[in-house]
Amino acid sequence: MEKQEFTPKIVGFLCNWCSYTAADTAGVSRLQMPPSVMVVRVMCSGRVDPLFVLSAFLRGADGVLVAGCWPGQCHYQKGNLHARRRAAMLKSIFETLGLEMGDRFRLSWVSASEAPRFAEVAKGFTEEVEQLGPSSIWDEVFL
Amino acid sequence: MPEGLKINKGAEDAVRGLLRSLLESGRVNGVLALGRTGGANGGVAYSLFTDPGAFVADGAALPLLPFMPANAGGLLSRLTLREPLAGPVAAVVKPCELRAFIELVKRSQGSLDNLLLISSTCGGVYPLDVGANGGLKERLPRYWEAVKQGVLDDDVRPTCRACMQFIPDNADITVALVGEEDLDTQCTLFLNTEKGAEFVEGLEGTSLSDELETEQIKRSHGQRAAYREELFAGVEVGMQELIRTFGRCIGCHACKTVCPICYCSLCYFDSQDCEYLPEIYESELERKGGLRLPPNTTFFQLGRLAHVSVSCVGCGMCTDVCPADIPVSTIFSKVGASVQALFDYQPGKDVTEEIPLMTFEEEELAQVAT
Repeated sequence: MEKQEFTPKIVGFLCNWCSYTAADTAGVSRLQMPPSVMVVRVMCSGRVDPLFVLSAFLRGADGVLVAGCWPGQCHYQKGNLHARRRAAMLKSIFETLGLEMGDRFRLSWVSASEAPRFAEVAKGFTEEVEQLGPSSIWDEVFL
Repeated sequence: MPEGLKINKGAEDAVRGLLRSLLESGRVNGVLALGRTGGANGGVAYSLFTDPGAFVADGAALPLLPFMPANAGGLLSRLTLREPLAGPVAAVVKPCELRAFIELVKRSQGSLDNLLLISSTCGGVYPLDVGANGGLKERLPRYWEAVKQGVLDDDVRPTCRACMQFIPDNADITVALVGEEDLDTQCTLFLNTEKGAEFVEGLEGTSLSDELETEQIKRSHGQRAAYREELFAGVEVGMQELIRTFGRCIGCHACKTVCPICYCSLCYFDSQDCEYLPEIYESELERKGGLRLPPNTTFFQLGRLAHVSVSCVGCGMCTDVCPADIPVSTIFSKVGASVQALFDYQPGKDVTEEIPLMTFEEEELAQVAT
């Protein structure tokens, strides 16, 4: 029963120019979305320092979503491509150290016009994280 | 086949002789090398020598000593950070120190101008505590015996025993040491660049063309690979294990201070950004029922992994200085290996190659974004 009550806390770093707008439109259009994604608006997915992601996880986030413009559509030409490399690096670190954060981290491309896609990403990722259960770091004192 | 110069002297004498002649002839203004600092235990530090007298037998300079009191890559960066060197300076450094310097030059933290880089095939270095306790001297005969046979002494840094890049990449002159059975009487200097050849001109010896990668070196590769696998397999994986390992961290940030790749003059983890407001501590306390202080030890280590693993040269300074005995370097080398493989990048290999996180390909890593 407990599992059903669990609403994951997902920190979403959304690009101002696309994913944030998409999320906004999704809200205005009243698309059904779980209330799990807590949005941090950033000017570009390339602004997301790996430390932001690590900090969110270590402070107890059940999932971290970084969303930006599709490759080729970055407002700053290439920020999202840098973000992609960093995401790959983070995943590699998580994998090598056998950390659950690897499955709880997601990078998605959502353009400004893709409000339904944003709702889908939020829903899909929330379901994935729900399956994984609460983060084991939630009440760790050694961080 | 690389060009070389065979000198009929032992390796240490030959290198000292080379450096002495460089200083005497005024072809270099100074030599950066390890040297005695005096003291009962025979303290050793990197020093900038200008006196040729330091390079006589039993002089103050110890250019081939298997010891690393600081990563010389970082020291070369400090020497050349504000401006390139005004006149030629020779530096005798280990391969990993050279790699670290190349990584720093890529980050605009130093300049290769006017530097004559001398390195050697490397048999590893002893941990700092061996040097601090005066144990270096008694181990030296054993060390050189092992180097001759192309094996590694058991007491050198674990990261050295697991090091696969013991042949320097960007040295002007490479001193052949590993697997050279006659290094007490003969020494081969490989002249990898025109600059290297130019500086040894007039030095007594016979020219030759030879392979640097001998059978012994290939064998050493195999032994190191086996140990590396064993060492990496010993790293505990999983969140709980990681928290246990890094839970020992006392937050002294010594690993960051000695790391040549950690060059930021103000580290995020030392900044005010990393200090929390009281209400954050309060809410954490309320939620967790306790909070370990200093905070952010696991965050610091994971954050540093995210920042430096792509360029980690595996020198082992971090493990050596850790007062809490965390195998920092083993963890960083293991993670570094996977991140570097991901981008097909070898830190310190090529000064013109861009750091993977500073560049990208339009079409790549499609599976990362979902």
